[in-house]
Amino acid sequence: MRFELTPRTNASTMMRVFASVAAFITAFLIAGFVIWLMGRSPIAAFDVYVLQPLSDPWSLQELVVKATPMALIAIGLAYCFRANLWNIGAEGQYVIGAVLGGWLALRTHGSDAGFWVLPLMLLLGVIGGALWGLIPAFLKTRFGVNEILTSLMLVYVAQLILDYLVRGPWRDPKGFNFPQSVTFDPSATLHPIFEGGRVHYGAVFAAIAVLVTAIILGRTLFGYRLKLTGDAPRAARFAGFSSKATTLAVFAISGGLAGLAGILEVSGQIGQLQPSISPGYGFTAITVAFLGRLNPVGILVASLVVALTFIGGESAQIMLKLPLDLTQAFQGILLMCVLAADAMVSYRIRFATRGGGK
Amino acid sequence: MFSGKVFGALAGATVLALSATGAVAQPKDKVKVGFIYVGPVGDHGWSYQHDQGRQAIEKAFPGKVTTTFVESVPEADSERAIEQLARTGHDLIFTTSFGFMEPTLKVAKKYPNIKFEHATGFKRNPNLSTYAAKFHEGRYIIGQIAGKMTKSNTIGYVGAFPIPEVIAGINAFYLGAQSVNPAVKIKIVFANTWYDPAKEGDAAKALLDQGVDMLAQHTDSPAPIQAAEARGKFGFGQASDMERFAPKAQLTAIVDNWSDYYVARTKAVLDGTWKSEDVWGGINAHMVVMSPYKNMPDDVKKLAEETEAAIKSGKLNPFKCPIMGQDGKEIECKGQGALSDEQVLGMNFYVKGIEDKIPQ
Repeated sequence: MRFELTPRTNASTMMRVFASVAAFITAFLIAGFVIWLMGRSPIAAFDVYVLQPLSDPWSLQELVVKATPMALIAIGLAYCFRANLWNIGAEGQYVIGAVLGGWLALRTHGSDAGFWVLPLMLLLGVIGGALWGLIPAFLKTRFGVNEILTSLMLVYVAQLILDYLVRGPWRDPKGFNFPQSVTFDPSATLHPIFEGGRVHYGAVFAAIAVLVTAIILGRTLFGYRLKLTGDAPRAARFAGFSSKATTLAVFAISGGLAGLAGILEVSGQIGQLQPSISPGYGFTAITVAFLGRLNPVGILVASLVVALTFIGGESAQIMLKLPLDLTQAFQGILLMCVLAADAMVSYRIRFATRGGGK
Repeated sequence: MFSGKVFGALAGATVLALSATGAVAQPKDKVKVGFIYVGPVGDHGWSYQHDQGRQAIEKAFPGKVTTTFVESVPEADSERAIEQLARTGHDLIFTTSFGFMEPTLKVAKKYPNIKFEHATGFKRNPNLSTYAAKFHEGRYIIGQIAGKMTKSNTIGYVGAFPIPEVIAGINAFYLGAQSVNPAVKIKIVFANTWYDPAKEGDAAKALLDQGVDMLAQHTDSPAPIQAAEARGKFGFGQASDMERFAPKAQLTAIVDNWSDYYVARTKAVLDGTWKSEDVWGGINAHMVVMSPYKNMPDDVKKLAEETEAAIKSGKLNPFKCPIMGQDGKEIECKGQGALSDEQVLGMNFYVKGIEDKIPQ
């Protein structure tokens, strides 16, 4: 017996939403079963993983803090992935954004620089990320180099640049030679929205990015052009859309958003440059983009869900002594379930018996 | 009016009493202790040894102490994990990696009634202590062993990152080797990771290919010593006793023993005597422990034991002046007869005889 997948022509939005919900329930059931096998109560685990973080103002804040960089990066990636262009290097664009924006913070350190420092830092972050993203785009359009490889390899280049800077020229002279810069001045620090809270204005940028992207992708010619380039590249060419221009544009957008995420994180959360400024946001965002099905609102929801698995995972370690590996396994199970549900909505599965003998 | 004044005064007194209870530590019947680890608890190195310390606390105070840990916490994302522990009723929180310094300080300022302990950092607060161990003392001993036993006269060193602690370890190791074998050469590779068995193993193999026959490591997995075992060469365990991974290759291991310190600090919280301190203990304080000397001739073993005893009694300091820099010029001696603690904690130079350059 073998499976055959035939495309469905009549997949409705309702079906897709229903499939997502079903995917989440399935993932929770599988994870619950594993927890039960480990001799713990799946209900207590669900409470600690999901219900408690969602019912406590502190962890709701943390949810937003954690989701912000992932949402920003994933929304940028949606532009690329919709056009069938594979930017795997958002992590590097994030780092270069933080480096270029952080440069200004360090340059103005100790001077009585005014309110203009922070906006300029954010702008530099966007420019840094966009330029770093344009390298693989340029190599692809000019020489036909595979963008998956170049964008990925540039992640390591970016990380090593940051590493070099914080160990060498940008090292804090009073930091016992440890690899980190000075802590940023208040004028270069993104402040929390509420006094004493942890949510900073980065969350506002993520919300704006969602709105603007929803309009661009859904209501503009550019959005249509991306979709056409991705779904039917030949038709896009006949329609007069330049695939080179599209490639450069989407890499600049996604790089810029990743760079913005980087400088927001450094100036809002970390407060200095150090060798490691991301727990892999650029890579997790790829998962987030697909969990959200490359739809800006979907991505916003997905980033919050993934943030929830991280925060719930920590609570589970603290309250239930469940291992971290379980959290990572759950993230994998969730992605598999969503992708499987997506496939089942888009395709009809037929069991075909092996026809005819030889 | 009058009663209002009395009421106001009473209320003021209550507030004072409350704040006094907050400021003066009271003995406690039960203590909840939390740990943040940078690596997986099963790394058999750094985080594993901290977890041994956590288990020692549970054993030392049965029924009085509960412990919790969060593992593999990324440094850039650690503030939330630390605060989660602070919010879930923990009285004493150990954050066990240098990269947790700023986040620990931030959370400590926010929760003044909780005690924090940060390993290997230098920023303190009335409720934030720092602690570290003088691992370079152990490295001086293994340097002597390597210097005595090498046949190729070239010894290898897998370092994690070129930060002061690792540089000081390399220097102590090489000074030890030089003290018994002035012509010995050292080759150094930085793996740029604390824990990545594949990268560490590759670094070790690259060194072995270049003819080193003694391999020291300042990364946490057993991969380098396993590589030495596979080639029939010798190595030294890091952080924990790695004999079971390399029974023929391990000459000794520098074991991080946090148990005594963790038990003492937990007791201080139970007794209400905890104070913010900066502790830097070595072989003397039992923070650095040498696992049994094996696979070596008796005279080398005797030498190692004598050196260990001399360091323990304070007779020998690995960084005894004069210390020469790579250019052959003497390093200014800021301590009493030896380099000062600050000079060792911020070490950023190689000693004379090391031909590599510190990556910048």
